[in-house]
Order: sequence, then structure tokens, then C-alpha cells
Amino acid sequence: MTTTNKFSITFTEKLTGDKDRFFSSPKRVLAYVALIIFTLMWITPILIAIGTSLRTYSDILLQGGPFSMPRELVLTNYQVAWERGGLSHYLPNSFIITLPALFLTLFLSSLSAFALARFRFKGNRLIFVLFIAGNMLPAQVLMLPVFRLTDAIGLYDTYWALILFHTAFQLGFCTFVLRNYMRTIPNEMLEVARIDGCGEFRVYWQIMLPLTLPAMAALATLEFTWIFNNYLWAIILLRSDALKPITAGLAVLQGQYTTDWSMIIAGALMASIPTLLVFFFLQRYFVGGLTLGSYR
Amino acid sequence: MSREKLATQLTPYLFLTIPLLLFIIWVIGPMLYTFYLSLTKWDGISAPVFIGFRNYEKLFGDPVFIISLKNNLKWVIAFITVPVASGLGLAVALNREIPGGRFIKAAVFAPLVFSMVATGLIWSWIYNPEYGLINQIFRLIGLEQLAIGWLSNKDLVMWSIIFVAIWRQVGYVMILYLAGLSGVDPTLLDASKIDGCNGWQTFRRVTLPLLSPITIIVVIVSVIDSLRAFDLVSVMTRGGPYNSSSVLAIFMYIESFHNYKMGYGAAIAVILFLIMLTFIIFYLTHVLQDELEY
Repeated sequence: MTTTNKFSITFTEKLTGDKDRFFSSPKRVLAYVALIIFTLMWITPILIAIGTSLRTYSDILLQGGPFSMPRELVLTNYQVAWERGGLSHYLPNSFIITLPALFLTLFLSSLSAFALARFRFKGNRLIFVLFIAGNMLPAQVLMLPVFRLTDAIGLYDTYWALILFHTAFQLGFCTFVLRNYMRTIPNEMLEVARIDGCGEFRVYWQIMLPLTLPAMAALATLEFTWIFNNYLWAIILLRSDALKPITAGLAVLQGQYTTDWSMIIAGALMASIPTLLVFFFLQRYFVGGLTLGSYR
Repeated sequence: MSREKLATQLTPYLFLTIPLLLFIIWVIGPMLYTFYLSLTKWDGISAPVFIGFRNYEKLFGDPVFIISLKNNLKWVIAFITVPVASGLGLAVALNREIPGGRFIKAAVFAPLVFSMVATGLIWSWIYNPEYGLINQIFRLIGLEQLAIGWLSNKDLVMWSIIFVAIWRQVGYVMILYLAGLSGVDPTLLDASKIDGCNGWQTFRRVTLPLLSPITIIVVIVSVIDSLRAFDLVSVMTRGGPYNSSSVLAIFMYIESFHNYKMGYGAAIAVILFLIMLTFIIFYLTHVLQDELEY
């Protein structure tokens, strides 16, 4: 960590400096080399994982470990994880759970955010606080009652158990973000519509919602990743293997194939492809979402 | 009151009905119910039986509870120092055009894209005592004695897992600070230079104070995240060996869903909640304070 600190010192020296003076001193060159080495070490686990997934486990053992020359590169691990490992149903399950939950939570939170951002009424502040605070609760404090309630209404071990819970729980964060965003939209834009005789629902639907789309996009990428990668609720609310999303599926895979790391790692990487694509193509929104949530 | 006026007054409540109802049924209500369950003996099948504070009395004498509490504390301490300092350092370093800057940012951020479960599996493999990357490298460079069981050694296992969590967290902190830095007026930094500050002084006296709102958020979020820690431990050790890597979230899950002591589990959840509450309140007052300014 000391290297990083040294950097901050050298680099703040001229935060707005011009490019050609970047390598102005040997100290800077050294600092830059250290940064590059640090970065490479940082992604080594990912590179090793990719390498492992492309070799047979026996090849890794024979060559003495994952840091060695492969005798051949194969895709069979992915194929086995997909077919025998069950990823062919775990991965679709993740989408079946994530997409409806994502859509529902965004839509419903835009309603509550609109009410909280645009109206003065009794309990506004209290409800806002309730949403933020609820969103920060640890899952453990909800687990047993949610488990019991889900069971009581006959939804235990169905997709809807997870869809409903994720929708409800994520409402807190989404309402918080969207409400803050909606407050930045100038009132005049809504007033014009009101004068034209639009009802409040039309003001929401035709004016507010389109203006809120950038925040929605950012939120959608973030929420997709969170819901898709959630593990705890899947093991609490589902029992059938046929319904499990990929996170819970990977844990099953780990239990069944303890002696074939190549296959387990291939499964773990395959499970990460959807969120990786979201990140890769929507990086701007993703990062925007992260910053939206914690800092206005 | 005229009909029209009544209608306008009702409008916000109409917008709120469905979301608020869902939130109360699935989040607020369950939280309150957990408090009640913590005062009962319940196996998850028959009806809960009220037993007063017996679960709590038992809890404070339970060695696993003490271990879990200590492990959560280790996690909190590691999380509010290492990722915050290195995330800030990286953000400051990368807050200007440098060759390969985009690649470096993406690389630091990359671990965040993998789910905790996938991350836990990848690192379980890297920590593997016989064939894992770390021990292979130690053997290659002749440090055989350092090639140990990272996840089977009672004194090390918690730190091994926390290290993975840090690996995932640094990129997140960096992004938050980068966003903060983009809002810092460069002329302020120039001004401090003209006033004769060196790099370190500018950082200490100008940049850091300007970033303090973000630092507060980062620290609170880090504390809450470390108290929530579950997935990595669940995938990598399930709290073992001999509960040495147990944290409150895992302890609660195992007592409730493996040992069917759900009343006891609820009591653990309540303690976890009470610890977190301090920070939640701190966060709320912070957010609402900003609110008043606008």
C-alpha cells in the first residue's frame, strides 16, 4: 500500500498538468512502473481463473499447478459445466427471476419516488426515511419472517418467492435514488403540463418518466447485477434444484465436483458473463449508478 | 373540504400505495416480527413458544457468538482502512490523463463485476493448499514453509477471506472517489500551488477536506458491508474450521436453517441489527442534513 501512497503524492503535484511532462522525473517513471505491476497483480486471479477453465484438471496437476504451460487448451470444462453441471437450467433461472424483479422494482419505485419528490404531504419525510433505512437492513433480520410468510402464502419454492422479495427489498434503494433525481428536474417543466390540464398521472407518465430515464438506466444496470448475483435469498426461499438461479447452482456444483477445479472455475466464469456484458457495454451507466446511490 | 381539493391531497398516497404496501409487508413488518421471534423458542415447523430473554442469555455465553463478533470486528477494521486508503490513492493517481489510465481503472474495478459466489470459488482454488496458485508460487521461489493451508489454518482463515473481500472492495471505493474528484475545482488546486503548497500539502489541506463528504459515505457503507458479510464465508469455509471464520450472518444462518433453532437465530439477527443501527442512524442523519441545505 505504500507504493499507492507515494503515487498520490507525486500525482497530486500537478493534477491538471500537461501530458508531455508526465514522465518528467525518474521518480515518476518508477511510480508508473509500480502502478502497472500492481494492476497486473490485481487481475492475476482473474487471468489464472480463465487459464484454469481452459485446461483439463489432470493437465494442471501434471504440470504442477495453474501457473504453468498448458499442454493443450480445451473448452470441455464449459461444456461439462453447462450440460452435466446444470448451468443450462441455472442460468435461465437467473434471468427468469432477475428480469421481472428488475422491471417491477423500477416501475414501482418510480411511482413512490414521484410522490415523495413532487408532493408536500403529511408523512413524506417519514416514508422517505423508512425506504432508506429499510434498504440498509441486514438480510438476517428479515430472513425468518420472510421465509415464514412466503411459506404461508404458498409461494415457498417458486420463482415468485424471489421475484416478490427482490422487488420489495430493492424498492428502498431505487426510491431513494429516483426521488433525489426527480427533485433536480425543474418544476416549470411539470407546471406547463399541469396548466394544459394534465392529470397527475399523465404528468408522471408523459413528462417525469421520460426525463428520469438516465437515472433509470444507471439504476437498472446496478440492480440487474445485484439481483442476478444474489445468493442468500435463493438458498432461503428455494429448495428445488430445477428452480435455482446460477449463484445457488454454483454452490451445488462446488459440492458435487470437489475434485475438478477446472470445471468449477469454468462454471464460475460462465456465471459471470451476463454481468460482465452489462458492465462492459453499459460501464458508463454502471459507474453512474454506483455514484448516484451514495452521493448525489 | 371541496372534492377537488380532497382529490389533490389524495394523489401522493395513490402513487405510494402499492410500493409502500409491498415494502411494509416484505421489509418493515418482517423486521419487527424478528424482534418477537427472538423472544421465542421455534423450530420452524410448530408454533413459536414465548420464552422471554432466554435466547439472549444463552447467546452471551456462546463461544461461537464471541468468535463471530470478533471476526466481524476484524472485518470492519480491515474494511475502513485498507480499501479506503488504497481506493483514495488510486483515485488521486488516476484522476488525470495517464497512459493506460482507462485500462488500470477497469482492471481495479473488474473484481466487482463477479458475484461473491464466483469470487469465492475462484479464490478457494487460488488458496488450494496443494495445487493453488499462491502455494505453487511459494514453492517455485523456494519458500516451501510459506505454502500453508490458507483456509484450514484457524488463525489465518479469517484474514484470507477478508483479503478477498478487500480485493473486491477497492475498485468500488476508487470509483466513488473518482466521482468526487471530478467535482473538485482544479483552480482550487492551482491556487494552493501558487500559495506554495507542495503535492502532499495540497492533498492534505485541499483535496482531502473537499472529499470528506465522500469519505463519510465510504466509511459507513464499508462498515455496513462488513457486517453483512455472508456469501464469501459461506462459499469458502462455511465458518470453519471449528467456527474460526464464523461471522454473525453465517452463525445466524447455520443456527436457523441447519440446527432449526430459529428463535435463537432471530436473537442473533437482532444483535446484528442493533450493531448496524448505530451506523444506519448516522447515515440517515447525514443524508437528511444534506436535505435541509437544499
